Amino acid sequence: MTSPLPPFDPSEASKFFFKHGHTGWLGLKYSAHADNWVELELPWREDLLGEADRAVLASGPIISLMDMASGMSIWQTKGTFTPIATLDLRVDYQRPARECSAVWGRVECYRITRSAAFVRGIAHDGDRADPVAHVAGVFMTIDKDPRQGKVPDASASGSEAGTGDE
Amino acid sequence: MSKLELPPYARALGICAHQMEDGVPVLTVEFGPSVEGRPGHYHGGATAGLLENAGYAALRARLIEEGRIAQLKPVNITVQYLSAGKVQPSFAKGRITRLGRRNANITVEAWQDNRDRPIATAIMNILMA
Repeated sequence: MTSPLPPFDPSEASKFFFKHGHTGWLGLKYSAHADNWVELELPWREDLLGEADRAVLASGPIISLMDMASGMSIWQTKGTFTPIATLDLRVDYQRPARECSAVWGRVECYRITRSAAFVRGIAHDGDRADPVAHVAGVFMTIDKDPRQGKVPDASASGSEAGTGDE
Repeated sequence: MSKLELPPYARALGICAHQMEDGVPVLTVEFGPSVEGRPGHYHGGATAGLLENAGYAALRARLIEEGRIAQLKPVNITVQYLSAGKVQPSFAKGRITRLGRRNANITVEAWQDNRDRPIATAIMNILMA
């Protein structure tokens, strides 16, 4: 089976992913990658505060950062860009990010089955040994869905996901 | 909703208060570039942002009602994505499942044109310091 798409390159893909839409609005940037992980940067921005009186990033943009790094870690691991949909994403916040600091999200894809991909990662503000948050997520591949561009219903995707269906 | 101010992030994303239902704020966001993921659909992170803000808003409204003052700190959030958010406004409302002295457990639902078919749900734990 040959893919019509060139191999996925997180650095190159970032150039068009982050030009528009939600991730462009957030100003996400490519940071680093290896075989099965991708790290992105969420630069500090004055208007993304969680509270007006504290210069700390809201938790919402961190979820977006981790969701995007998750997706890209899956494409990096697969080697190709295929449509995927987030099924479940959990974020545990260990501490607030430092004031006026960028936050980096590093996510690895540790398992891919026929229809699901499993990811885990951390958000940090400079020191990976002292994370701001941990994340775990499950994504569905939606390329086999005949209704192109649509996410399968909750009922269908839920029953397919299971614990891995190889 | 005069006393219930949305945080800078919520306002920047375009989230605003839609209406109050039994003392609980329903938040909404229009579809636009700031929430778009793959073309014509909400980004999962934007949907999560709406859910999370609705969860906080529900808790803030309750604390105001009870005359409590607390700084809210996120402990965790788990988001379930049920169907893709399409090119139309989204709404979200939180429900406080348990309000303790130090922790609140909140469930949130987001929907679009059909409230009986939520597009995403979340469970949040929020610490009140």
